Amino acid sequence: MTEARFEYGFIKVGFTMSVSSIDAPACVDTLAVAHYQSSRRKRWVSMLLLLPLLAYTCVFFALPIGMMFYRAVSNPELLQAFPTAIRTMVDEPAKDSTALPTDRVFDALEQDFINAPSNAVIGEAARRLNYENSGYRFLVMNTARTYRTPLANPESQSARERLAAIDERWISPQVWEDFRRASPAYTPYYLLAALDLKQTDQGVAPVEESQRVYLDLTFKTLKIALIVSLLCLLLGFPFAALMVKASPALQVLLFLAVMLPFWTSLLARTTAWIVVLQDKGIVNTLLLRFGLIDHPLPMIFNLSGVYIVMVHILLPFSVLPLYNVMKNIPPHFMRASASLGAHPIRGFMQVYLPLTLTGIGSGTLLTFIVAAGYYVTPTLVGSAREQMLGYFIAFYTNTTVNWGMASALGLVLISCVMVIYLLAARLVGIRQIAGLR
Amino acid sequence: MHSHSTRLALVLTLALTGPLAQARDLTVVGFGGATQEAFDKAWFKPFAAQSAKPVVQDSYGGGLAKQKAMVESGNPTWDLVQMDQNEMELACEQGLLEDLDHKQLKNAPEVNPEAFSECGVGAFVWSEVMTYDPKKFGADGPKSWADFWNVQKWPGKRGLRKQARMTLEIALMADGVAPADVYKLLATPAGQNRAFAKLDQIKPYIQWWETGAQPLEWLAAGNIAVSAAYNGRIAIANQQGNHFPLIWQQQLYSMDYWTIIKNTPNKTASYQLLDYILGAKAQSDFAHAIPYGIVNSKAIAAMDEKTASALPNAPANMKDALLLDTPFWVNYEEDLMNRFTRWVAQ
Repeated sequence: MTEARFEYGFIKVGFTMSVSSIDAPACVDTLAVAHYQSSRRKRWVSMLLLLPLLAYTCVFFALPIGMMFYRAVSNPELLQAFPTAIRTMVDEPAKDSTALPTDRVFDALEQDFINAPSNAVIGEAARRLNYENSGYRFLVMNTARTYRTPLANPESQSARERLAAIDERWISPQVWEDFRRASPAYTPYYLLAALDLKQTDQGVAPVEESQRVYLDLTFKTLKIALIVSLLCLLLGFPFAALMVKASPALQVLLFLAVMLPFWTSLLARTTAWIVVLQDKGIVNTLLLRFGLIDHPLPMIFNLSGVYIVMVHILLPFSVLPLYNVMKNIPPHFMRASASLGAHPIRGFMQVYLPLTLTGIGSGTLLTFIVAAGYYVTPTLVGSAREQMLGYFIAFYTNTTVNWGMASALGLVLISCVMVIYLLAARLVGIRQIAGLR
Repeated sequence: MHSHSTRLALVLTLALTGPLAQARDLTVVGFGGATQEAFDKAWFKPFAAQSAKPVVQDSYGGGLAKQKAMVESGNPTWDLVQMDQNEMELACEQGLLEDLDHKQLKNAPEVNPEAFSECGVGAFVWSEVMTYDPKKFGADGPKSWADFWNVQKWPGKRGLRKQARMTLEIALMADGVAPADVYKLLATPAGQNRAFAKLDQIKPYIQWWETGAQPLEWLAAGNIAVSAAYNGRIAIANQQGNHFPLIWQQQLYSMDYWTIIKNTPNKTASYQLLDYILGAKAQSDFAHAIPYGIVNSKAIAAMDEKTASALPNAPANMKDALLLDTPFWVNYEEDLMNRFTRWVAQ
């Protein structure tokens, strides 16, 4: 019942206001106008106070996300290096996709190589073309290198023959098909690749079986995040309940227990877990000494390590919203349910649990969203198989400098989180998740 | 009220423009760890003392992202940067590095000409070799990459660097390919498939490392039994009381380079430090600090037998050695690295 009311809260408010403006006497209306006018100045002042925050949000939140969207589809490399060749190709299209371009395209391409503004521009185009087929980097760089020194007798042959003499791949239709596909200013290449798809002559098709990775990886990332947030809920719920019930002294202790790791550096905590869980670590040494196990249990550098360390790190995100909700539940509710004859379990299920739903929703969602973006921890305490989407984003950003691919994967991650956020918002209500109710 | 806000505005303006207006100290960037400590001891500290100018240090894990970002934004915060050879070639192609001006380096004539490249000069020769935990196998440990694959005879986890470069070469050599044929094969799809198939055989046993210090920490902690590791790191770990053997047979070696970031305001100071590094004394000091190969011919000629025999390019260590093929990796790294990263995550 409550959910439905909250969900349509906005509409209801709007509806009541419009009703009042129709039905109300004129004097109330003028009063409202006067009030509105007198408060306009204050409103401006408060808007001005908000300005730094708005500017901050734009510069450090909206702009980077916008840049990420843009990077995921932007494809300027070939246009910058070979502007005339591409223009000529558009003006004089080849008869079909298997045919070579006209002589004027070859002339233009040669001119582009000779007039290249800098090596950097050619290098970028080589990098981009290499995504279509590895080996094109060498083709482009080698051609550029040849044209850096003036040609011996440029009149004797056509540009087509000269290019073919440098590398005969220049007269292969496959190269030109790939060139054409890589040349527009905007490309779906990165976004398709992030979904294990590619462009072909017949349209969009899945990539070969052996190359598929990102969809699996996305599911794996979401699965790890889901399991971590459920484990955090299972551990965090009784913990938060205990915090509410505990004596003030114990409460401080419990609070410290959950907050202290939160205040420690992420790397220090992660490394400490490696010391605790490794084969010759504290846990395994103790278990071996008490004769409980014969061989050290593999607890780190695998999936269990990832779960243990991530749950520990993310526990505060679950506990704090739960605690916040639970401390506002009047204790006499449970006493009342007991006095009406309900078994404690029934009382818990029908009275206490529904009242904590908002805390469960916001805590789990928060944990899930933070967990989905993790990559340092899985890298340090997981094996290679536990890498999450974040690892690949960092890999493309830092190692191969393929920012288009990094942006496309970032977009996939953001979309997944947004979908789950909206689902949760529909189920629990957006205002509860934001803590407004 | 007014004076307050004026002062606030002034403070804000200063805070925002301060870093831009300030002249930056010379910043050198390496791959960190024991190697950078040796840089510091042999090169940075003495240079700072001699020139009376501070040398700021930073470290990174390779890759071009930072260099690209700082050159594109027109605000370089690094000056002299250590890079591996293929990344230097890529960065050079993309215009992220200064073309090296030999005239600025007085010590250049003493340096082995092979160490010079368009955008950099050799910093040192390093090698990746096999090592193992002597507490597990004593003197009877694995002797070749083929033995590395033999998890029945030498049980335990294997350490390999989490990257395609070097790992695929090791896989092919373990499969019986002669060092001279490795790159011919690796340029073909069949050869690539063969390398990945070989790696599949020990995939569950591999624990991937990403920094040079990790395999030695893991060996010491008993997490892994056999590993590929950099010879300098092994030597440093052994100086600290370990006894990890160096299996030079089928070593993989290459050179790291010093490069200067394009359009850095500290170009003169960068060349001064670089010139100091290339001097005979500084080179010899470095080889004594960590056993990596040096590039100054005078210093090489004057080196004592004991130090020289520990270097990757000592004749006795070069049996079946494989020189990393940089042109090959410039062309294929992106593709093979993508495949490798996918394969690792599957």
